[in-house]
Amino acid sequence: MTPLLEAAGLQLRFGRITALEDVSLTLWPSEVVAIVGESGSGKSSLLRVLSGLQRPDAGRILYRGADGSLHDVPALSEATRRRLMRSEWGFVFQNPRDALRFSVSAGANVGERLMAAGWRHYGRIRQEVAQWLARVEIDPARIDDDPARFSGGMQQRLQIARSLITRPRLVFMDEPTGGLDVSVQARLLDLIRGLVADLGLAVLLVTHDIAAARLLAHRIMVMRGGRVVEEGLTDRVLDDPQHPYTQLLVSSVLAA
Amino acid sequence: MQEVLRIEGLAKTFTLHLQGGARIVALDGVSLSVAAGECVALAGPSGAGKSTLMRCVWGSYGAGAGRILLRHAGGEIDLARADARSLREIRRTAIGYVSQFLRVIPRVPALEIVAEPMIAAGMAAEEARERARALLLRLNLPEALHALPPATFSGGEQQRVNLARGFGPPRRLLLLDEPTASLDPANAEVVVGLIEEAKRAGVAILGIFHDQAVRDRVADRLFELHPVRERA
Ligand SMILES: Nc1ncnc2c1ncn2[C@@H]1O[C@H](COP(=O)(O)OP(=O)(O)OP(=O)(O)O)[C@@H](O)[C@H]1O
Ligand SMILES: [Mg+2]
Repeated sequence: MTPLLEAAGLQLRFGRITALEDVSLTLWPSEVVAIVGESGSGKSSLLRVLSGLQRPDAGRILYRGADGSLHDVPALSEATRRRLMRSEWGFVFQNPRDALRFSVSAGANVGERLMAAGWRHYGRIRQEVAQWLARVEIDPARIDDDPARFSGGMQQRLQIARSLITRPRLVFMDEPTGGLDVSVQARLLDLIRGLVADLGLAVLLVTHDIAAARLLAHRIMVMRGGRVVEEGLTDRVLDDPQHPYTQLLVSSVLAA
Repeated sequence: MQEVLRIEGLAKTFTLHLQGGARIVALDGVSLSVAAGECVALAGPSGAGKSTLMRCVWGSYGAGAGRILLRHAGGEIDLARADARSLREIRRTAIGYVSQFLRVIPRVPALEIVAEPMIAAGMAAEEARERARALLLRLNLPEALHALPPATFSGGEQQRVNLARGFGPPRRLLLLDEPTASLDPANAEVVVGLIEEAKRAGVAILGIFHDQAVRDRVADRLFELHPVRERA
């Protein structure tokens, strides 16, 4: 087996602010890695850099495509990057509004990804979309509804259906449960856990929620001030934290 | 019998950075080995480091010094130095760990929690579910509970789910941290039976048993740990 994504020596500065300092990461197929740390620690910057949305000042990122070819992510042409985003990569943002279009129906939001991936048969697209709505626990009868009228949790589940329907190999998630009620969060996390396991997805999950990381991730990277201060197996990092900052992070949650 | 696990000079110190850098020496150069089909019971007072030793083998604690050698895939792997990926592979295929408490996964039914590691280890899903059902029934967990997530189960019921999960897949090494702690005598008896069967199948077992009667029946050997402070 070869890694899906390999990054080394990533560096990113905004003026005098260091967003990333010598960050390295290897992600294997079907592996879920959580990136945790306080806000401003560089988590989202790392996700943007790894997905080619932002060029690092230094460092190397290699993505191995489904056809076995190696892509130099920061050097991707816009066309290739768009193709990867349509087919092999998925994104789940904290705010569903960043991914959904509220001028079209719930079903169209999900079906668009299939059409972009080359599906043409309207009936079959509609059928697949209905199945995915059910899978994310949205009543398929609401396929023609306007997602603007959905609750926050439903919008988030719709976003998940939209990004997973094309069965990406690599999913970038940025605080997927942020901004939701605690009870809604738990259900969503569990839904994500089930889908990730069923589909064998590789996931890079940015979160400040230690309990979410415990539930979903195989490995954890702890970031602070743009650096990775600790990383390892999820239970190792959470049960036997070494770095003072990780100890603080873990001690501030009760029995995660 | 063939050696499955050999621990050499295992040391573990916790540094509590939030407590002014206080250092707790939990293990200080422990050496021990467990053979196939053998059950070694860790003994010693509370705080002696029994659970810590077990967690170092499981990998949820990092060893400070020493080697934790597991016979694996025709060779040997040092778990004290293995990376996260190898540890996951070892957990999937070779080592089982039954801790005292079940970490409940929301909304996942008991039967699936038990079947999951068997499926991960390569068993067909149907066969895994059938074995999960049989194990749960053997541990006197009524069928009506199998389809429910264990979040609302009693402590003893959760412990039995945990045991079924641990004894489900074929293992080379089983780590049992007080597996009968919250069980009634009848269920403790079932666990004794499961341990005896595993031993006959050649599984190496490292256990912590507070129930002396259970320990005397299953353990071939005691390994005494002493709190490090007293030893010093
Ligand atoms: N994660 C941890 N962080 C800090 N100290 C720890 C941690 N885990 C264990 N210890 C300390 O290590 C020492 C050994 O604890 P351990 O739980 O291994 O004892 P034990 O022999 O299993 O005791 P018991 O019989 O009460 O379960 C104790 O002083 C304990 O406080
Ligand atoms: Mg203990």
